[in-house]
Amino acid sequence: MTKVLDDKPFEKNKKTDPNPITTDSDQHIVIIGNGISGVTTARFIRKLSNYKITIISGETEHFFSRTALMYIYMGHMKYEHTKPYEDWFWEKNRIDLVFEYVNKVNTKDKTLVLNNKETINYDKLVIACGSTPNKFGWPGQDLEAVQGMYTRQDLDGMEKYSEGLEQAVIVGGGLIGIEMAEMFHSRNIPVTFLVREKSYWSNVLPSEESAMINRHILESHIDLQLGTELKEILSDKNGKARAVITSEGDEISCQFVGLTAGVRPNIQFLKDSENCEVELGRGVLVNEYLETNVPDVYAIGDCAQLQNPSEGRRPIEAIWYTGRMMGETVAYNICGKKIAYKPRLWFNSAKFFEIEYQVYGDVQAHPPENHASVYWEHADGRKSIRIVFDRESKAVLGFNLMGVRYRHEVCEKWILDQTTIEDVLPNLGLANFDPEFFKEYEQEIISIYNKKYNANVQFKRRRSLTGAIQFLKGKFS
Amino acid sequence: MKSIKLLGISIFLLALGIFTIGVTLSTHTLNDQALASVTKEHHRMMIKEQAGEVFNKEYGSNLAFVAALKPILKKTKEALDKASGVDPDNGVWNATTLPEGVAEWDYRMSDYDIKSYLFSLTKKSSGGLLPNNAWLFFFLTFILGTVGALIYMSPDLKTIPGIKHNGIYHSPSQSGLRPVWQLALVAGVLIGTLVVVLQNGAMFWLIGTIVITSLIVGIIYMWEKRERKKPLALPSSSTKNGWIGILLGTYLITFYIVLYFYPYYLTNWVLLVEPIKMAISGGAEASEWFLYGFLYCVAMLVMGVRMIIKYRHNRYQLIRTGSVLFFQLSFAFIIPEILGRFNNPALDLKTAWPLDYSFFYDYRLEQLSSNSNYFLGMNVGTMLLVWGLILSFIFIPLFTYIYGKRWYCSWVCGCGGLAETLGDPFRQQSDKSLRAWRVERFVIHGVMVLAIVMSFMVWYTYQYGEAQILGFNSYDVRSWYGFMIGSMFAGIVGTGFYPMMGNRAWCRFGCPLAAILGLVQRFKSRFRITTNGGQCISCGNCSTYCEMGIDVRAYAQRGQDIVRSSCVGCGVCSAVCPRGVLRLENSSEDINERTTQVRTIHISMDDVKIL
Repeated sequence: MTKVLDDKPFEKNKKTDPNPITTDSDQHIVIIGNGISGVTTARFIRKLSNYKITIISGETEHFFSRTALMYIYMGHMKYEHTKPYEDWFWEKNRIDLVFEYVNKVNTKDKTLVLNNKETINYDKLVIACGSTPNKFGWPGQDLEAVQGMYTRQDLDGMEKYSEGLEQAVIVGGGLIGIEMAEMFHSRNIPVTFLVREKSYWSNVLPSEESAMINRHILESHIDLQLGTELKEILSDKNGKARAVITSEGDEISCQFVGLTAGVRPNIQFLKDSENCEVELGRGVLVNEYLETNVPDVYAIGDCAQLQNPSEGRRPIEAIWYTGRMMGETVAYNICGKKIAYKPRLWFNSAKFFEIEYQVYGDVQAHPPENHASVYWEHADGRKSIRIVFDRESKAVLGFNLMGVRYRHEVCEKWILDQTTIEDVLPNLGLANFDPEFFKEYEQEIISIYNKKYNANVQFKRRRSLTGAIQFLKGKFS
Repeated sequence: MKSIKLLGISIFLLALGIFTIGVTLSTHTLNDQALASVTKEHHRMMIKEQAGEVFNKEYGSNLAFVAALKPILKKTKEALDKASGVDPDNGVWNATTLPEGVAEWDYRMSDYDIKSYLFSLTKKSSGGLLPNNAWLFFFLTFILGTVGALIYMSPDLKTIPGIKHNGIYHSPSQSGLRPVWQLALVAGVLIGTLVVVLQNGAMFWLIGTIVITSLIVGIIYMWEKRERKKPLALPSSSTKNGWIGILLGTYLITFYIVLYFYPYYLTNWVLLVEPIKMAISGGAEASEWFLYGFLYCVAMLVMGVRMIIKYRHNRYQLIRTGSVLFFQLSFAFIIPEILGRFNNPALDLKTAWPLDYSFFYDYRLEQLSSNSNYFLGMNVGTMLLVWGLILSFIFIPLFTYIYGKRWYCSWVCGCGGLAETLGDPFRQQSDKSLRAWRVERFVIHGVMVLAIVMSFMVWYTYQYGEAQILGFNSYDVRSWYGFMIGSMFAGIVGTGFYPMMGNRAWCRFGCPLAAILGLVQRFKSRFRITTNGGQCISCGNCSTYCEMGIDVRAYAQRGQDIVRSSCVGCGVCSAVCPRGVLRLENSSEDINERTTQVRTIHISMDDVKIL
């Protein structure tokens, strides 16, 4: 059942699938971008075909894990450690790498013009060029030492400006902003963190969880300023940031400003290409097969904008997991097996300083009328479990975990099967994925539920792999 | 916080400095009192006779004393040979002039005698600053060093619990060495080994070792040639060299070489711990091995405290660290001392064959079978023999089936215990490349086969009195194994190379017991590391901090559960994962298909069955 090509663990020496969908090796597939989306595409095309594959990127020569950029700065890892594949992997799997930016896309002649003026012809093109940080026209946003944290070059910038840095200001209360704060914190550089909302990430996290992260940011000695926006960045005489002025009118002296108010698709080079007929919205517009309006041109990952996203999903989802799924889907489509992009249940994860975060299913910051939830929080204020369910049908809709790990597949199965909360709670231990010997809190959640809803649910199953496997195999319901 | 750390490290370095210099802080006089440690009277008389003006002369340090003593012992040996009637022309002994009732082997002085006399005479002849103030120096070294280390760690308690790896790759002690430097150091040790082997005239074994090594290198080269354009390329590395790491590695390597081959330079250190040995054992004197055992326990305890502070949020790590500390202090240290006190063989009760490669050696079997002590009505020698056999042949496969290799390697084993405490700061240095994995599989299984064959030969010789087996002399095989694997590999490479090859270099590449445990784990065990659905972000923390050099991420990013024969189940991959992806667990529910499931795929495509 399992066939693998990125063959490190099993060392299968086969270069391709023995029965590829197509054996046509004349086709040249060109992928713009070597992030998780583009690289997943290339790997799957190689599994499925003998096409010639080229990945173009001006950022780095080899694929690395963008999500690990912060760990390089913090000294947890070296750049080498963030590469999921060793450098020889690419030649072994006949994936050509071009280390250069693409300046122009010509869909009429099917050619690309690189920054070094070379041209590359393609038969099929996959645009997987990712995102770029949002800038909202703040005065001073293009000064020196003002940047986001998205690329390898951004990391180099942070490294460069960290020398002698006495105060950093970070603007924007999302995931990258808190990562940046943690990065500077790891080098004992004071950080002021400006968040427009009244509470951190309050458009995504329910209020208790959001409040927990507020507390955690403060106890990590970050100067968190909620409900505060950036008004202006002031320049010194060399054109470098020297201070910011906030919406409160305060002037904060600083030598670095991080702009992390979200990202948008990185499609300026497509707009600048005279002969690019690809239809653009906020991102590259694609249908459910990830095809653009131009034949043989596809777009995936952060830069793709779905014209008809699945119910409950956004047209642009700039996260690692969706990029990976799209990469796989588009590979099938390119290799002649038409498959629609239908992401399964929503899931995501992050880490806020020391607090891990996982979410499965539909957990909303401002829950609609029919959403009810049971919420437990540990006395230390750094762990919580929230289970969202439908007020009427009692079917579970989502899990939100802080500082506790839950099993993806178990949670997913409960939600997809529309299991009721009172059927889930007795078996809740099956979802627990914390390491062995860790304390289990499922009984406490049940007591909270029983109290709140005047129910009498009894705890049945503790954390156990055997139980989880039996459950997933349908051995008990 | 910073100043407390500075204070702690200064105290520690002061203690380490005193400890190191302490080796030389003694005077030595060869007198009758010192000679009393030589138990054989004719040896004693002859040494005294040969000593000449060295006798009763005071030397200012043990270096000078050993330099003076060595030629005397050599002359003594020659004089004894002559007196016993050995023909000086051909070295053949014709029993003519031995005193009444003394055998030839007893009368003459062996190389082993010389080594032990060097040690005991140096120790017994000492006086001066350190030997006369042993308690003071014990305080200035062990106690002060421990206190300094604890002060250094204490500010970490004030931080919010969680993984603290900030700055590791900016640190001059933990950031590792460039591959070229690693190669240079490995080559240095190899050349040193070759010199020792050559000096001992063991050409055959030298050639054998070189042939096997070249064979492995050749196979891997051919293998890589098929898949890479540059099969000889070194792995890339972008950071500067960790110079403290180089110093630390050199210190450790030097320590092991002196301990194994020149222990008489360490007599002052032995004197520091001798009062403790006497108290535990009821008056027996300390050897260099007691010193080593004591140092081992202190290092594990202090660095165990560090481990406990670092992982105070992680109960798996706390319990596991407690376990290795318990087994080291009791099974490996206190219990053997108590056994010894009651005239039993002082065996480490947790080291199983074939890690304990001398288990089937003639003198060990002899020692057990000649034991006449009884405990609870059972012969202690027999009990120890049976315990060793049960440990190796029943517990090893049984517990590995139930819990995986980890029950031994990271919960019980002493080498593992040191690696998990003293070695924890260096775990990230293990090589994660596919090449390293290939080398690992050849070498560790090679050592395993060697250990088994060697043990069998030794046992055969003991049982049937025949040393020559299939053209090999079992005594030669055994001394080669003891030197190359037992001393060089397990000690010098295993621990001395912590800052360069990570804390598990021996466990990963050399330990024959780990190889056997690994085979059980790989083929029949309930253990695996589960990956949590599609949550992996390929960040690489798990692989980086895997001390066994497993590329954990390669499995995690495609949602495949991990069963690798080398995994010792330390649980750190799970601890460092920022997304809650990895969990060590056991189940017999799916024991034959532990690794077949692949989970990262989360698009609906019911008709696609590729993955």
